[in-house]
Amino acid sequence: MVTNDKAQSTTPSASDGERPAIDIRSVHKAFGSLHVLKGVSMQVMPGTVTVVLGPSGSGKSTLLRMINQLETVSGGEIYVNGELQGFKHEMHRGVDRLRCLSDKEVAAQRSRIGMVFQRFNLFPHKTVLENVMEALVHVKHMSKDEAKAEAIADLKRVGMDNRLNHYPSELSGGQQQRVAIARAIAMHPQIMLFDEPTSALDPELVGEVLGVIRGLADDGMTMVVVTHEIGFAREVADQVVFMDGGVVVEKGGPEIIDNPSNPRFKSFLDSVL
Amino acid sequence: MSTHATNGAADSEKKPAAARAASKSAQGAPDIPNRVDALPQRKPGPIVAAIIVAIFAAQFIHMLVTNENLEWGVVWTYLFNEHVLSGVGWTLILTVASMLIAIVLAILLAVMRKSSNVVLRGVSWFYIWFFRGTPVYTQLVFWGLISVLIPKLSIGIPFGPEFWTWDTADVFTAGRAAVIGLALNEAAYLAEIVRAGLEAVDPGQREAAQALGMGPGLIMRRIILPQAMRIIIPPTGNEVIGMLKTTSLVLAVPFTLELQYVTNSLANRVYKPIPLLIVAALWYLVITSILMFLQSKLEKHFGKGFDIRGEVEQIGPSDSTEAKRSEASAEDRNDVLMTGLNA
Repeated sequence: MVTNDKAQSTTPSASDGERPAIDIRSVHKAFGSLHVLKGVSMQVMPGTVTVVLGPSGSGKSTLLRMINQLETVSGGEIYVNGELQGFKHEMHRGVDRLRCLSDKEVAAQRSRIGMVFQRFNLFPHKTVLENVMEALVHVKHMSKDEAKAEAIADLKRVGMDNRLNHYPSELSGGQQQRVAIARAIAMHPQIMLFDEPTSALDPELVGEVLGVIRGLADDGMTMVVVTHEIGFAREVADQVVFMDGGVVVEKGGPEIIDNPSNPRFKSFLDSVL
Repeated sequence: MSTHATNGAADSEKKPAAARAASKSAQGAPDIPNRVDALPQRKPGPIVAAIIVAIFAAQFIHMLVTNENLEWGVVWTYLFNEHVLSGVGWTLILTVASMLIAIVLAILLAVMRKSSNVVLRGVSWFYIWFFRGTPVYTQLVFWGLISVLIPKLSIGIPFGPEFWTWDTADVFTAGRAAVIGLALNEAAYLAEIVRAGLEAVDPGQREAAQALGMGPGLIMRRIILPQAMRIIIPPTGNEVIGMLKTTSLVLAVPFTLELQYVTNSLANRVYKPIPLLIVAALWYLVITSILMFLQSKLEKHFGKGFDIRGEVEQIGPSDSTEAKRSEASAEDRNDVLMTGLNA
């Protein structure tokens, strides 16, 4: 068997010459017979914030999860910093084929991307500090002391350094989500993904979490945010993407929120605002 | 009692209730000016049940005291008999040794069963099918006869030369055969308990760990298994207590030093079956009670971070709470049982 690894294929440079941080090329996703994503393409430039809007079931969460390989790609390609996600090219019996990456290679790709979930997914058997330290010690192989210092700095950044030894069940939803953000940024990811980060929160707790995310945007973090917070999108987004029925319906700067050209986007905005 | 209280009697009951409320507020409950001071619901059920139970209990105790066939003197003579005590010891050794082997094997089997490796999944499935599908008694007889089936054990190259050889009878002594027989059988049951525990952990936990770049082995060891323990421990405690009594079957090997066999043979020698049954039953009850106590300790340990809703109200930004928490978690870290999983 020929196992001749070809060099990592890179994306051709974008029109303005800068390489996108995330390059999604006509991606499809099917769960059995259910065709969820039907050819989605978009680019996210480094240091920018992309907000993905759309009704539930439009496939926006699925798209986000595919960037981090929590879902496999059924068709198309996703590149992060020019690196194909989930696969590598390999000569197999004289033919250029894709080979699934090993668990280790997948984990390495994922560790460069931070993700925040709708339901926080903090580790309930670990304290706030231990939640943030876990991957620093066991993935980045930091010493306990280094990891602790890093974790405390990140928790300070989200305003949670006064709850170090609490368990997640002792915190409010907003506090849990801030810890989840600290846990993700502690790994110093190049990209942050937010999957409806405020949808499970009581209304009065939404502001504190959006504030933290806004702070990350101001610091120049590359981010993709799936949300229903239109005001947040208008204020923070560099790019707004509206998805419906598994395709990108409209895409543009934040000004498209106030002047939607597509009638489906318009009716969506009318129903949300 | 209050059930039968008339209105007048109810008035007289009011005072102690008010006193109770006052003492509660003294312990830090908020001062509620119009605190509801109601009489309890009328519930005749417990009183009726208490009367019936009391009648049966009285009869039973009367029987225990007056029935001469019980021969309490004989029970007392043999309760701390050296053969009985050694039987208790052997029963404990069999239980602990076989459970420890079974737990390790069961976790291995459950993880194999959930593995992405199809061969490991198949092996685990076959193991559970075989050892759960045949009676433990049959398996124990088999392990007792293993030296007849395979007289020599050797290490070497398969189908090639042998480097070391032993007599099977020397390796599989009665005690070891008993422990192996019990452990291999128990592992099949425990593996299903462990698997259910692993499957009960929220899939979001795995995703969060994956998103942090943790690999499958790390996720299993550090995230999934510790959370599954909370679900696994109560039924495993049940299995330990079951195992304690299953040890009485090792007569099939034959292994003849454990509690049930010892008391039975003593009974046959002195023609006192009933007192010696009581001796055995008392010892089994004592050991079960100790095991139940240990189980509740373990449940508390692995419930960490889960069942603290009651504490939430008391959590404030105060430093004293913070200090208390870190103290508590430092204590937990000294726990011997956790180190194995955290290592």
